[in-house]
Amino acid sequence: MSLLAVENLHTHFIARDLDNRIRVHRALNGVSFTLDSGQVLGLVGETGAGKSLTATSILGLLRPPARVVAGRAMFDGQDLLAMDEAALNALRGRDIGLVVQSPKSSLDPLSRIGEQLIRIHRAHTTATRTEAEARAVAMLDSLGIPDPSARMRAWPHELSGGMAQRVLIALALLNAPRLLIADEPTTGLDVTVQAQILDLLRDLVRRTGVAAMVITHDLGVVAHYCDAMAVMYAGAIVESGPVAQVFARPTHPYTANLIAATPERLKLGTASTVGGSPPNLLALPEGCAYRDRCPLAGADCAVPPPTVALGAGHSVRCLRA
Amino acid sequence: MSGPVLEVDGLVKHFDAGRGRRVHAVNGVSFSLAAGETLGLVGESGSGKSTIGRCVTRLLAPSGGRIRFLGQDITTLPEAACRPLRGQLQIVFQDPWSALNPRMRVGDLIAEPLLLHTPLSRGERRDRAAELARRVRLTGELLGRFPGELSGGQLQRVCIARAIATSPRVIVLDEPTSSLDLSVRAGILDLLAELRAETGTAMIFISHDLGTVKLICDRILVLYLGQVVEAAPAARLFADPAHPYAQALISAHLPADPAVAIRRHVLEGDVPSPIDLPPGCSFASRCPVAIPHCRVAAPSLAPIAEDPAHLAACLRIADGGNRIEALTHG
Repeated sequence: MSLLAVENLHTHFIARDLDNRIRVHRALNGVSFTLDSGQVLGLVGETGAGKSLTATSILGLLRPPARVVAGRAMFDGQDLLAMDEAALNALRGRDIGLVVQSPKSSLDPLSRIGEQLIRIHRAHTTATRTEAEARAVAMLDSLGIPDPSARMRAWPHELSGGMAQRVLIALALLNAPRLLIADEPTTGLDVTVQAQILDLLRDLVRRTGVAAMVITHDLGVVAHYCDAMAVMYAGAIVESGPVAQVFARPTHPYTANLIAATPERLKLGTASTVGGSPPNLLALPEGCAYRDRCPLAGADCAVPPPTVALGAGHSVRCLRA
Repeated sequence: MSGPVLEVDGLVKHFDAGRGRRVHAVNGVSFSLAAGETLGLVGESGSGKSTIGRCVTRLLAPSGGRIRFLGQDITTLPEAACRPLRGQLQIVFQDPWSALNPRMRVGDLIAEPLLLHTPLSRGERRDRAAELARRVRLTGELLGRFPGELSGGQLQRVCIARAIATSPRVIVLDEPTSSLDLSVRAGILDLLAELRAETGTAMIFISHDLGTVKLICDRILVLYLGQVVEAAPAARLFADPAHPYAQALISAHLPADPAVAIRRHVLEGDVPSPIDLPPGCSFASRCPVAIPHCRVAAPSLAPIAEDPAHLAACLRIADGGNRIEALTHG
């Protein structure tokens, strides 16, 4: 059994406009995927595809007007979406760690980082302050932060971006979670720092067998640090499978377009891969959401696309596959 | 015309950091830009890339060195004398959302440089703006809209249309695609390549995205703490970086292809503060092959294997000790 199995997740933003009519943004439209222990899954897609929303939906972090309207998220046999707040709070930060985007604004600016680390550990365990402190220092040390005991006394604003990101990772990992969700963990960091952070994450997965879901729009990160990948478009996963296989044989026209748009494959002056505008979530086309932009689309694409298995866990939602 | 359109010699830019301290943002950078050439500036945050871009367009006044544009020394030109030059010397910024006046319509935004730099009448400007919009593949109906109604990719096209409106000789592109999605980015790069082929405009392309720089640039300068540590043709730099920092930087680049094996050079430590620059080579504190002499003498750019196109500033190149150890990825 997979550690995390998300089934047919639908999240809508339901609000009223100025004329008091109900407007529904269909942001997630049936997201399904599984994640095993010791596996790194890369979730890719463009801005607005629903990558981060998938994570926040699973973790019960949505705020109105966003609402999960259908679906299940089975974590170790329990449905996260059916849990009450207290049960979720016990899981989040202990069994499930989240590394959010923009490290500088995600740390409490009024607490020293050591305080924040000790707090998250003691919230979930019966550890004494001294024990929690020792654990926090050891964690900072294992993440390659020089002079960790001195760093415990640092304020968030004293840290560089790479250092702040490591502290966030330390916060997520302090209680030895079984699932780690990292939302754009290296966006905005310099390449050499990005490489260090990603090496760290991968070593952790290898060493502890934690399952990791990495949300990114950088296909380079997916290519070199993930085992499996899932490509999102308009709130649905259009293609998923082992990384090597998806790169070698991208089957959904959107995946093929995305991979062809990477600098390594781009042929300048051919104007071949240029995509259109992102889908309007208020009025998604009937059937396949990619129909408007797809070079292969025909009238028959007006029905919901079938999921086609291509072997070895590679599957695609497209009529033309 | 052949020969350089822009010559930068020993450019220095310091910022006052208060209490008598100075941030040494750019420390003696020299390069020249040939007509029609695309020069890439790469380096990490704080390496001085954007400061160089703003100095050569004279949006910042240099603290030292010389900048010659089309043979004219513009280093200390007063602001009033810089203005007419800017029709020839344009810049496109990273964040198109904040680069455009939100209260002007797209058509007026594109026509604005024409108003400032050409004697065209109102009607001619409108026609030319429509033509420019077509040129950057914006549909005509967008001309009457406000920037807030456009997507990031469309806004960046507006910025590019403004930059090319006066047929400049040099365009500085400061991270023009960093804030855009992959397929939108591909469209912008494609457009830039097309404009370059058509107009022969020279470009300075500032980016930290090595894949993009490799794709679009003819020649690349690698910057570290405000100094050029290596200069080479793009393909040469990626195939055979000589400076230890360039080796580490390029090895940290992740090509979007799982079949490409990665050999990684890991750098320890942090970039030194640009307020208190260390003596000698500024990379010596993180360099795995530094020798004691590196902390005393600052190396200057010198040709590698007597190739005048490939320069690097490292003392260890002479004795062959510049190769840093690689860890195989995985």
